[in-house]
Amino acid sequence: MADRPLPPPETAIDWLKSMTLIRRFEERAGEQYTRAKVGGFLHLAIGEEATIVGAVAALRPTDYMIATYRSHGQALARGSEPGRVMAELFGRVDGLCRGRGGSMHMFDLERRFMGGFGIVGGNLPLAAGFGLTSDYLGSDDATLCQFGDGASNQGTFGETLNLAALWSLPVVFMVTNNQFGMGTSLERHSAQTDLQVKGEGFGVPGLECDGMDVIDTWAVTAEALRIAREERQPVLVEALNYRFRGHSIADPEDYRSAEEVLEWSKRDPLVTFADRLIAEGVINEAQREAIDLEAIATVDEAVAFADASPEPDPSSLYDDVYVLSDQVRGWYSADHRGAGLQKGEELA
Amino acid sequence: MAEMRYREALNQALAEELERDPNVYLMGQDISVFGGAFKVTEGLMDRFGEKRIRDTPISENTIVGIGVGSAMTGLRPVIELMTINFSLLALDQIINHAAHIRYMFGGQVSVPLVVRMPQGAGHQLGPTHSHSFEALYLHVPGLLVAVPSTAADAKGLLKTAIRDDNPVIFIEHETLYGQRGEVPDDPDFTVPFGLAAIRREGNDVTIIGISRMAQTAERAAEQLAAEHGIEAEVIDPRTLRPLDLDTILESVAKTNRCVIVEEGWPHGGVGANLAALIQEQGFDDLDAPVGRVTGVDAPMPYAKSLEQIAFPHEEQVIDATLALFGDRKRASRG
Repeated sequence: MADRPLPPPETAIDWLKSMTLIRRFEERAGEQYTRAKVGGFLHLAIGEEATIVGAVAALRPTDYMIATYRSHGQALARGSEPGRVMAELFGRVDGLCRGRGGSMHMFDLERRFMGGFGIVGGNLPLAAGFGLTSDYLGSDDATLCQFGDGASNQGTFGETLNLAALWSLPVVFMVTNNQFGMGTSLERHSAQTDLQVKGEGFGVPGLECDGMDVIDTWAVTAEALRIAREERQPVLVEALNYRFRGHSIADPEDYRSAEEVLEWSKRDPLVTFADRLIAEGVINEAQREAIDLEAIATVDEAVAFADASPEPDPSSLYDDVYVLSDQVRGWYSADHRGAGLQKGEELA
Repeated sequence: MAEMRYREALNQALAEELERDPNVYLMGQDISVFGGAFKVTEGLMDRFGEKRIRDTPISENTIVGIGVGSAMTGLRPVIELMTINFSLLALDQIINHAAHIRYMFGGQVSVPLVVRMPQGAGHQLGPTHSHSFEALYLHVPGLLVAVPSTAADAKGLLKTAIRDDNPVIFIEHETLYGQRGEVPDDPDFTVPFGLAAIRREGNDVTIIGISRMAQTAERAAEQLAAEHGIEAEVIDPRTLRPLDLDTILESVAKTNRCVIVEEGWPHGGVGANLAALIQEQGFDDLDAPVGRVTGVDAPMPYAKSLEQIAFPHEEQVIDATLALFGDRKRASRG
């Protein structure tokens, strides 16, 4: 854990701020969910902040990042405005995706955060597609694809790792092993529990990082990205971590003991990292408190922004189903509620 | 005009678009060295190289997903799935991803992807290799669906599909690959989406034929004229999304009768959908219920004798048409 040296103080403080923001954001999101401000499913990343921030910190701004249905933190770490992330949870027009995606489907093209995806394992082929684009266009952008331990059992895992290795695509696959595929523990869903070796048969070497340690996560991800970028060799990184909350808000957590959660909570990535920064004199207790208060204030503003944002106009219901092109005529969408709205062309 | 086979017309469209836009690339099983299972991509690797004509492993879902990812980031992939039967393995990427990414991310990206694949029965390939799935893909908002039935349309629609910014399901037909037709020479020739072709004019009944069934409908119409004095107007929609409903409704307003012919299953089929739209939008024009001729509501059998009665031929189209004129006796089979 403490083996690796700290990064420069400004970097370390940035990481602490980012992790703190995610923690406070997720806590507020959970609270807003219980107030019915947020609909659908809500998957929180509390406990997984180091895996997110460490991995994102290793990326260049032009690198592609893609994640799962647990993706508020990735958006925030990539720099998306917290207000727009919260507004998406609220289903408002100022949400990152204008209220179309919700919690599971964050996306911020400008920051090359290429999405949260609701289908387990569905994002792996897309990541290889980003890698193919980089390769095809001769750029040295790399792609980081995060997915859970459960996704390593999907067909797309084997298919995509095989293709990425076959085509030498610059993609880092990061399996965030939080020990559970929803409520099924790792040893009950995967015959091979050492997930980093699962890529070897496909020609994808594995690395492991301590996903509870932001520095280790950063260092291992950075090395994996270097290999992917420079050697055109995809890499599988296993980040060992633990989510402190249930799979989603609606999870009674019968599948694990309170003792186990308590034991892991001693390794809380936010607490341990802040403790270390204090121990090594990078910040003091007052600064830790100030960083926390700043995060809370940011989240307060995010909630206020989301609350003030209007709900999408009913007339926008069909927006962006299609790119409407002038060479096309005919009816794109014809339904019984009034096809006139959805005509593919403006009638003269 | 030049006469060429349907597969050659497709090959020409691909070559012209590869020439026109360096970001267009092809990907699929056995498409480069082998030239494609139906030889549609023959010769393209020699001309454009393996960076742009990419053989893939047998991993349909991931092939489509890689196409989606590359389309989101600036390329224009054209994927060949060997047949439509195997597209079922890729449904997650086609529906949850290709079709919905633009919408669910609020319009931030588009997915200019073409998935080409042939469909159809008649080759004694049994239940798993004889599907017709235009209805399945028509069902999904976010996808466009093209069903060319002639060599010229194969070329013109494929060029439009590649230039379009939406994911396009491009459904070819196995039986049509070897068929010859006149195709315009002009390299800028395209066929717009959402523009039906009137294959035959007539005032008595409108027959809408989907994919290969447009040809079956045309042949049935000739027989109806010769043997029954019924002049049918035959419409090939060419694309099901976008749909040229206007041309269909104008025709039905003229003929007051309509029959829809498709190779796929009846429940939730294209005909069921078109019949609903026609009665919703043109009820007052109808003198008879909208007729449907479909594949039978069963898996496709292997035995030739059974297979041939399991999908529509001219005879069933003629029976269904005559039924609209009150000839119930003739319409009952057997």
